Amino acid sequence: MKCELSETLLHGYVDGELDAAGAVHFERHLESCAECAGALAREQILRQTLQSSSLYERAPHSLRQRILSSLPAAPESQRTAGSFSWLWPAVAAASLLFSILSWQFFPGSGRQAQQATLASAIVDAHLRSLQPGHLTDVASTDQHTVKPWFDGKLEVVPPVQDFANEGFPLIGGRLDIVDGRTVAALVYARRKHIVNVFVWRAQDGNLPSGSGTEQGYHWSSWQREGLTFCGVTDASPADLDELKQLFLQH
Amino acid sequence: MLGREDRIRFEQSVLPHLDAAFNLARWLLRNRGDAEDVAQEALLRAYQFFGTYRAGDARAWLLQIVRNCCYTWLKKNHPSENSVELDEEVMPGERETPESLAIAGNDRERLTRALDQLPAPFREVLVLRELEGCSYKEIAAITSRPIGSVMSALARARQRLRKALTQPDTKEARHEV
Repeated sequence: MKCELSETLLHGYVDGELDAAGAVHFERHLESCAECAGALAREQILRQTLQSSSLYERAPHSLRQRILSSLPAAPESQRTAGSFSWLWPAVAAASLLFSILSWQFFPGSGRQAQQATLASAIVDAHLRSLQPGHLTDVASTDQHTVKPWFDGKLEVVPPVQDFANEGFPLIGGRLDIVDGRTVAALVYARRKHIVNVFVWRAQDGNLPSGSGTEQGYHWSSWQREGLTFCGVTDASPADLDELKQLFLQH
Repeated sequence: MLGREDRIRFEQSVLPHLDAAFNLARWLLRNRGDAEDVAQEALLRAYQFFGTYRAGDARAWLLQIVRNCCYTWLKKNHPSENSVELDEEVMPGERETPESLAIAGNDRERLTRALDQLPAPFREVLVLRELEGCSYKEIAAITSRPIGSVMSALARARQRLRKALTQPDTKEARHEV
């Protein structure tokens, strides 16, 4: 006997797409229908198989680069260029003057250059980690396995926490080198995206709190208890900010 | 022409979904090289149309464009492909048991072949649901089909895949002949 529901509602149930009443109703049906119970087991195996299969194919980094460089450039003042074109030499001269002045009077801009170098080193490290076999030295979703792994390998042991319940499951950790210094890297997943959080002692090289986008990857840095953290990912800046808040709260 | 702010907004809201775009293109076109070309074309097109996109689900919006580009590409390069209808009847495979399914599924290559041999409309719902984790609502939006038909489309696609997985492997079968 073929039960019709095994080809319809069963799938809505497996996919979590039935409303609460519909799900309860179907569960009651499951108790009395061997056909559907068997089909449910089959579907769950199939789903598990597909989701754990690493069939997901990520875009190669070169493609991202190609797309970024082929997007038409969007100069800031395209629209006004026609009517105020006589103004541009003056504006250019003024901004040149301003940058000279600010270079002389605001030594902070040197820090900005340093921040840019560090950010690009961090994005490079993130990209290296995405090469096959480079993501983790210790692969574990258990914070009590990952944290002790760092013991004795670095001057400081980074705080390690799994945020699976908050949507950022821990994947593992590794040692990495960023801008010449050895740092801890904690690896999290965000849906299909990877997030690397680099951690080092603030005294070894401070990266002021900030965020930005580099080669299409987003980074965000923050400090806590003498440590500097910098997260980098191709997930959205909002996702990254969420993870930062989790780090700051725990 | 998009302004600088639009470009930043594009890089922050659409570009993060490049993996999703590439993955869908890879499975629709069954080839990484072609998928790179078509994904790039789709991203450029998305950039051109970005002025019309205001808010909402950027991933679904991008995947819809990717899908259109893929079908256009398939029509041009493999015109015979799109003829299969989703409601075609499938008989369950004889050797289909949970055990045989689990064993076949452990083999990534075999799983890839099984998925690749399904007609494109089956492949796309499976990839969107199982690999991309899209909701029925998102799948309906991306594939321009009524939301009520997503469930049955998935049911047929899964049945097809199970059958392809538990049938004697065509590649091995050919060797035996």
